[in-house]
Amino acid sequence: MHNNTQRIVITGIGLTAPNASSLSEYREKLINGQSEITEINLRYFGKAPAGLCTFPETKYRKKKENKKGTRAGCISVYCAHEALADAGLDLSSVDRSKIGVYIGLTEHGTVETENEVYNIRQYDYNTSYWTHHHNPRTVLNNPAGEITLSLDITGPHYSIGAACAAGNASIIQAVQMMKLGEVEMALAGGISESTGSFGIFASFQAQNALAVADDPRRASKPFDLDRNGIVISEGGCVYVLEYLDKAVARGAKIYGEVVGYAMNSDARDFVLPYGPRQAECMRLALQRANLNPEDIDLINTHATGTKQGDIEECKAIREVFSGSQKTYINNTKSIIGHAMGAAGVLELAGNLPSFTDNMIHPTINVDNLDPECALPNLVLNKAIEVDSINTILNNSFGMVGINSTVIVKKV
Amino acid sequence: MTNDEIKDLILEIIEDIDDEADFDNLNPDEPLRDQLDLDSMDFLDIVMELRKRHQLQIPEEDYPQLATLNSCVNYLEPLLKNA
Repeated sequence: MHNNTQRIVITGIGLTAPNASSLSEYREKLINGQSEITEINLRYFGKAPAGLCTFPETKYRKKKENKKGTRAGCISVYCAHEALADAGLDLSSVDRSKIGVYIGLTEHGTVETENEVYNIRQYDYNTSYWTHHHNPRTVLNNPAGEITLSLDITGPHYSIGAACAAGNASIIQAVQMMKLGEVEMALAGGISESTGSFGIFASFQAQNALAVADDPRRASKPFDLDRNGIVISEGGCVYVLEYLDKAVARGAKIYGEVVGYAMNSDARDFVLPYGPRQAECMRLALQRANLNPEDIDLINTHATGTKQGDIEECKAIREVFSGSQKTYINNTKSIIGHAMGAAGVLELAGNLPSFTDNMIHPTINVDNLDPECALPNLVLNKAIEVDSINTILNNSFGMVGINSTVIVKKV
Repeated sequence: MTNDEIKDLILEIIEDIDDEADFDNLNPDEPLRDQLDLDSMDFLDIVMELRKRHQLQIPEEDYPQLATLNSCVNYLEPLLKNA
């Protein structure tokens, strides 16, 4: 049984983002500020900017299984296999009953339900034509469960529903389960298939929170005065988490150690973010990591390109990090859009290579910086090189007032 | 439908489910699920497709009659004679 002093590290990363399907390609495009946000045309809704993933869907399972499962499952299976390959792990030598699979989701089942209602429309809404696949596709554990089916993992699997804080929440859950000794290794991450749902686009639009732009690549504009909302993206990212001693013993590549985390709730509003509670979340994560604000080299912000969201997070960062002169700040959503349940892990993954290349990717599309977001050391429009990056603090916040912070340290 | 047309229909439905299905050595008197990569959910896909394409409501107690290619033909032949 491992005790809670065990150190837990990230040893593998598998991902698909709107601009890449491997960490190396993703990192290169983030450094270059290369957005591949495109335009989607959804039934009932019409056109909107969106981030869509292109990856080899049948690399790890048959087309038949992809048809039977969900888009989220297809993404999660690809990411999980890629993460294990990246970690150099062959599961034939691992006790698969000791692996936990934890997948963060903003929502799940919306796409499948919309599709099925659409499909029975041609049968005059006769529900005897409703698919028997509906329930296994829409149970909330589906994207995590499809990973276990594909990899014969017999340890626990479930999904973490935490709105757009879900990616971080899955990492936190995995770390906690490993510290408890419930599992000895974890596949943890976040997945989003939300671009398949007209309802999600329509709901953001009804909130006046959906981005529009002539050039989709310029639509995601956190911190810019001319921002006009969120760019919805699909995406996925899965990490392999191992105990540091085991990772060192097998000579694994180590991306970083999860040294601190926190989650809390605003308890105020269904959708409006609240900076003071975000500040509390960051402080608690720092405290648990036994770090001071000035020990953080890079903050990867959650900011989505909505006025209040961006400003509240900047207020929170200003409050916590006012005494820190050397903390840099960036934003990944400006390049890949908002990958919802995948956002936290995908954004953190894109910044972990800073530990070795000492580069910080830019926040793009900032032409008129909002004075209320003018934080010192905000990396804008062009990547910068620094002496070293040893700590990254990653924020992810979500609807109904949920906040999460994860801190990763170079090993 | 002729018996051959019913066979083609079943194989076409299975091919829609799994485009890698190999029919070369299929024994029409052996259970389809023993010879092809089909599970219980795939089998229900066959039932659903017959409902969608030919408005057939196949009761659960008759499912065993769809076990082999030849038993499918025998069972469906009277139901699809005017199709």
